[in-house]
Amino acid sequence: MAELIELVWILTKIGVILGPLILSVAYLTYAERKIIGWIQNRNGPNRVGPMGLLQPFADVFKLLFKEVILPANANRFLFLIAPLLALMPALAAWAVIPFGEGLVLADINAGLLYVLAMTSLGVYGVILAGWAANSKYSMLGAMRSAAQIVSYEIAMGFALVGVLMAAGSMNMSSIVTAQAGPIWNWFWLPLLPLFIVYWISGVAETNRAPFDVAEGESEIVAGFHVEYSGVAFAVFFLAEYANMILISGLAVILFMGGWYSPFHGLPLLGPVFDLVPGLVWFVIKVAGFLYLYLWFRATFPRYRYDQIMRLGWKVLIPVTVVWLVVLALMILAGFGPWFD
Amino acid sequence: MFEFVFYVFAVVLIFAATMVITARNPVHAAMYLVLAFFNSAALWIMAGAEFLGIVLVLVYVGAVMVLFLFVVMMLDINLEKLREGFVRHLYIGVPIAAVMVVQMLLVVGSGIMDPATLPGGDLPIPEDAANTALIGSVLYTVYVYPFELAAVILLVAIIAAIMLTLRRREGTKHQDPGRQVRVRKADRLRTVDLPRNSRRDSE
Repeated sequence: MAELIELVWILTKIGVILGPLILSVAYLTYAERKIIGWIQNRNGPNRVGPMGLLQPFADVFKLLFKEVILPANANRFLFLIAPLLALMPALAAWAVIPFGEGLVLADINAGLLYVLAMTSLGVYGVILAGWAANSKYSMLGAMRSAAQIVSYEIAMGFALVGVLMAAGSMNMSSIVTAQAGPIWNWFWLPLLPLFIVYWISGVAETNRAPFDVAEGESEIVAGFHVEYSGVAFAVFFLAEYANMILISGLAVILFMGGWYSPFHGLPLLGPVFDLVPGLVWFVIKVAGFLYLYLWFRATFPRYRYDQIMRLGWKVLIPVTVVWLVVLALMILAGFGPWFD
Repeated sequence: MFEFVFYVFAVVLIFAATMVITARNPVHAAMYLVLAFFNSAALWIMAGAEFLGIVLVLVYVGAVMVLFLFVVMMLDINLEKLREGFVRHLYIGVPIAAVMVVQMLLVVGSGIMDPATLPGGDLPIPEDAANTALIGSVLYTVYVYPFELAAVILLVAIIAAIMLTLRRREGTKHQDPGRQVRVRKADRLRTVDLPRNSRRDSE
């Protein structure tokens, strides 16, 4: 009986995390269309509901009621399971994300490693979707995308090694508490090159502009999900946006001090800003990173495929390797306020 | 409860492993192998080896099997043709399998693998130490030479694999990023003075 109650309690917590997450995905699409609209001197969606606020729901219902078309000679089982394989890791990784002090579903020791393992699984959805649809366009899109994701995972993994060296732990909550203090105490400063590498690879991992060759509309129609329609397509969409929020949340936890306010620990400002709950600071910071995603999409032209590979392998990975050595020396020397 | 969860993972693992060798479609077989890796990772985590379990998912499921799938999807493998020789090659397959089983039994069953007798097995285990930190501290002290040797062997393999792809073929066109970056406006763009329009001059 006690086990049953615990199970129900865990399921409730999962619901409390996933409900707002899916709602944020819906409104992230709205924010994306509005913000890119404003950047391009347009209004964006403004017809459904006041200021177009109900537009995401209109989109969801449209997708729900559309037919899921199975292409001829498609591998039925893999075709239908691929969107779920893309979505599952994007949601499962949230289990170890601390939203505030103690606000975490599973406070496991190897949290960082778990997140890395989960994000590395997302690529299966892409590959299987491209292969199972039995279409050369989706196959090419899947190949490009998978090669890109696997390459940038290495740079990202190295950047995260820097974080765990600096924090001395792989537990997500301890990584945040290791950064306790004002904004210059957070890891973005001593790990600045790794932070930039992490963010670039994060954008590439989620297949977002300027690294969105996976769905280069002008070259291979829409990449790996060209044959998908209706709910199956919506699930891919959901996975992509959930991944964007996840990468932003990780950036906040690993480099931007998690739930701490930018003035935490300062004499006068500290207590005032600490009145705002940690969860709010976390959400504000995540929203800032999400805005970067949208800003990039409106600003940068798409990378060419060979340029993506060159950037990943010949620029980002050497930068991380060099900075890991510098970081090790900084830790040995007890440098600055971070490693004393 | 613990036993129940263990048997769930174990049954799925054995089922998936059987399907790897019996599935007709090579992509299905690869996906069953992914499932098998996943379940063994879960079993390792249940046994307290959380670092090894997650690394199994990260390395084998997240990277190795992805590249495996690449190859399987690109090649046109006809499994029916591969199966034809099953009975014909049985006389050589069975002894090899038997030798492998005996070798595994020699290693696993003889007590050589008893953690207490291995080098570093007598080190004290701190109460609240994390699995990862313990593995790291043993790996870089007691086992540092085997570890570095393995790293060097892997490095040699990487260099060898890259060297295999470095063949220069005549007549292929490729881009030189260095030259692309060095390009200036003056190299590509020529400004021309057009003769002036007479009507505009009069304005």
